[in-house]
Amino acid sequence: MKRKFDLYAMTWRLPIIFWQALFFVGPLLFMIAISFFVVKNYRMTEAFEFVNWQKMLTRNYFWDSYGYTIFIAGISTIVAMVLAFPASFALAFRASDNLRRWAIFLLIIPFFTSYLVRTFSWYVILAESGVVNAMLGYVGLGPFKMLNTHFGTVVGYLTLTLPLVVILQTVTMANVDKTLIEAARNLGCKPLATIWRVVLPLSKTGLIVAALFCFILSFGDFVAPFYLGGSQEPTLPILILDTTKSGQQWPRAAVVAIMMMATLFTIAFAAIALAYRKGGAR
Amino acid sequence: MKQNRLLNIILMIYVLCIFAFIFAPILFSLVFSFNSQRFPTIPLGNFTTEWYAKIFADPDVWLAARNSLIVSVSTALLATFLGFCTAYSDFRYNFRFKGPYLALILLPPTIPLIIMALAMLAWLSRLGLSGQLWSIILAHSVLTAPFAMAIIRLRLNQMDPDLEAAAWNLGSSEWQAMRHIIIPFCAPAIVSGLCLTAAVSFDEFAISWFVSGLNKTVPVIILEIVQGNIDPQVNAIGTFVFLTSMTLVILAQVFFISRQVKSHS
Repeated sequence: MKRKFDLYAMTWRLPIIFWQALFFVGPLLFMIAISFFVVKNYRMTEAFEFVNWQKMLTRNYFWDSYGYTIFIAGISTIVAMVLAFPASFALAFRASDNLRRWAIFLLIIPFFTSYLVRTFSWYVILAESGVVNAMLGYVGLGPFKMLNTHFGTVVGYLTLTLPLVVILQTVTMANVDKTLIEAARNLGCKPLATIWRVVLPLSKTGLIVAALFCFILSFGDFVAPFYLGGSQEPTLPILILDTTKSGQQWPRAAVVAIMMMATLFTIAFAAIALAYRKGGAR
Repeated sequence: MKQNRLLNIILMIYVLCIFAFIFAPILFSLVFSFNSQRFPTIPLGNFTTEWYAKIFADPDVWLAARNSLIVSVSTALLATFLGFCTAYSDFRYNFRFKGPYLALILLPPTIPLIIMALAMLAWLSRLGLSGQLWSIILAHSVLTAPFAMAIIRLRLNQMDPDLEAAAWNLGSSEWQAMRHIIIPFCAPAIVSGLCLTAAVSFDEFAISWFVSGLNKTVPVIILEIVQGNIDPQVNAIGTFVFLTSMTLVILAQVFFISRQVKSHS
């Protein structure tokens, strides 16, 4: 064991520690600190007071917004998981390896491609006189109000999360041992029962991770509820945005942000515990 | 058997529907950018390049494009450097607190952007670093380094660890082995990391909007135009944004895949 300073090793190990401490851990800790600061005459002053916490956490609009954000992100997660499942199932079990690789290749592209412009595009498509309503008009339906509704918000969230959910579900299910499925079928298990009792339990971990990522992304996004949902019912990210941008109330925005982080951590831990729990006695 | 065949066809049609939903906004944005209607719908209006002419004549758009170019190129270089260092450390060494060390670099993308934006704004203004173009670069490097790290780490997985040891035995120093063995081996992954981090940085709007002050990047310009009203200019700008980031993501994947094929042979 040499204790000497190893220049070579440290050259590769230290940059990220230095960088993340300064620009990742630093900002997050400082955000906790400013939640105790006070704003006087539009200037933030250092202090240690609980006034921001008290102001935010006793307001109904904060809790309304909190409940609504969890509700709409939860709904959108369920919708994404359910909509994606048949497609992922088809890609995992009914498609050739080559086709599956191509599908994932294609799905990765939109996941990393300007979400903002895609949302704006939905805004135009879903508008009162937009493409969807025009098409529905040809068959004598509508027009439906789709913007400024929950539906609009969920479409926006799906734009963000659906590619990722399909990718994660597909990869997870493609890794399920096919012989186990054949065994179940040979023993007389019906197709749907095979999915329910063999495929789902075997891909539980990956599916929960997919749902978790979907929830995190929806929970933290402000574009969909703002532009497509109309923001009459503000979600927490919109609350942060408004409090920071128009009110200069960074400390209160920090309170909202910390509450969001705490919620996400709780949900993530619960989900991971669930994902890795051993299957119950059967 | 026949029923099975029918089910397969239905499932594949369903897959196509999902893909249609995912790619519809990209396609429509492209179509609308050449459409004369102010409020695009079907039937489509006339073909026009009016919106493109408008954005080309707008100095703000050019300035934003320049800013975006500077930010994404700098971010890519910085983040890929950081990602490489970390991936190599993880590959080569075992050390105490390695778990937290890896968590430190992999966590940023899981934190909602709006929270990162607020935290960065507060912290960088405190340090007197906000409102500059490089404020965005600092923040984006933290956000994107994990992607570069993951890509390069996967590449290193495929390397025989004895290769480096062999170079040392043959008398090369650790630095020479890095220069002649590790870096050439990782080169495709490094290029792939550069492309992907550039794409993520190029598209990121929340942090850019919060910390950039008056130095707007392209997504920030879009965000501001969109806040006003429907303006088909956005589709024209959006088409360029799509072209740029899709090209980068495709390149990233092609480099990532091509090396897999090579190493299997």
